Amino acid sequence: MSLNQNILVKLKQAGFRINGKWLVKGVSLQIEKGKIVTLIGPNGSGKSTTAKIALGIYKKIDGEVEKYTNKVGYVPQKISIDWTLPLRVNDFMVLTENLKDEAINEALSLTGVIHLKDKNLGDLSGGEFQRVLLARAISKKPDLLVLDEPVQGVDFTGEIALYELIKKISDELNCGILLISHDLHTVMSATDHVVCLNGHVCCSGSPLDVAKNNEYKALFGEQASQILTRYKHSHDHIHTSEGEIKKN
Amino acid sequence: MFDDFFIRALVAGLGIAFVTGPLGCFVIWRRLSYFGDTLAHSALLGVTLAYTLEFNIALSVFIISSLIALILIQLQKRTNLPGDALLGLLAHSSLAVGLVVIGFLTFIRFDIMGLLFGDILAVTADDLLIIWIGGPLILLILKLIWKPLFASTVNYELAEAEGLNPDRAKAIFTILMAGIIAISIKMVGLLLITGMLIIPAAMARNISSSPQSMVIYSILGGLLSVILGLFTSLQFNTSSGPSIIAASLFLFILSLVKIKQSIKLKN
Repeated sequence: MSLNQNILVKLKQAGFRINGKWLVKGVSLQIEKGKIVTLIGPNGSGKSTTAKIALGIYKKIDGEVEKYTNKVGYVPQKISIDWTLPLRVNDFMVLTENLKDEAINEALSLTGVIHLKDKNLGDLSGGEFQRVLLARAISKKPDLLVLDEPVQGVDFTGEIALYELIKKISDELNCGILLISHDLHTVMSATDHVVCLNGHVCCSGSPLDVAKNNEYKALFGEQASQILTRYKHSHDHIHTSEGEIKKN
Repeated sequence: MFDDFFIRALVAGLGIAFVTGPLGCFVIWRRLSYFGDTLAHSALLGVTLAYTLEFNIALSVFIISSLIALILIQLQKRTNLPGDALLGLLAHSSLAVGLVVIGFLTFIRFDIMGLLFGDILAVTADDLLIIWIGGPLILLILKLIWKPLFASTVNYELAEAEGLNPDRAKAIFTILMAGIIAISIKMVGLLLITGMLIIPAAMARNISSSPQSMVIYSILGGLLSVILGLFTSLQFNTSSGPSIIAASLFLFILSLVKIKQSIKLKN
């Protein structure tokens, strides 16, 4: 492939092992500006590990990682914060980058937690904290967003709104997003590229390609496949100029 | 009104408190109390070497403490022993070796009590210079690495992922710790330096709601402890180190009363 300036991160046959045990191996993928790449797979399939390889958190890896940006926003799957630290939401927002007050307020408003700005981080509920994490990641207007189950613990309506927000951010900032999610509905409607993991890449491609894949069906079951095919209908007809729907 | 030695001790103590304030916050946040203790214990070896080789004490302590910190990092990588066991191993063996070396130096009169617990009579004009040059330098470097150090204290992976290089910040911080121990050993004594780092910061934690306010309260607590402690030391002819630490304990207890009140207010 020719040199593509839109590429933010590229993994080539990347893998990571601890004490000889592979957490994930042979992953190749690339994240481009304005595109959403989603990792799906069962628990323990190496999704978070792949994200950490892409972020450069794991250094002793097999294969190669090429990272072309340092403007990164990261929402980790698990985060344990030590409460010996007196930390308000406002302090947490400027953790890795100095931001203007307007930028902080804007991000907190987008994720619906502006009212918590002066609260102590330890006093937030799980869902509230998740929204703050997302706000922090987007507030610095990154080139690359890595979101590891970003809406866990968020209420149902909030979940849909946050996914819409993520899609909107990807378009507005033209940033690349690496998304890890268990919600196949939402994932498939918004994603450009899906990588299905199970210790290795078992299949990848557009959401529809993946849905048709037999390995995917074996991994997630027939039902999951049907979820995906529901999105297929938008491709199996065309709208004629007379406003009629015509099967192709 | 006061003797020269007392003014010198006061100026030295205040200079130290400005530095132990912010460093102490990180010691608490990063759970490094015993690490600080280990570096301080190894300082005795530094002092004895300084006497043997007729070398500057602060510099010698700084070098030995940094060396011990490096050895610790290597041992952590290469052995399966838990961190606290390694800290104990290094702390006590370096203290023991230091004391054994002192035994050989019969030609020098050692004030061991002064070394262990600080001696306000011992502070010279040169020491003041070291404290007031070294101290601001430590603070300046700490300010430069604040962002990566603080971010990785909150969460290492976030700091690493977002390109802040937390490992470098941690290594620099370790050197700063060796630095503060080197410049404060004469004043506070090697057994009590960690107290000077931890107690004012612990007091500050009780009454602050943000990292910045904790740092400020920690500095103020340290300054107040030095003033109270040195006056007590002068009045009752006690060692300077224990007097300062006892004063900071007094402030810590006062801060507990404040917590109690604010809990009452909440209810």
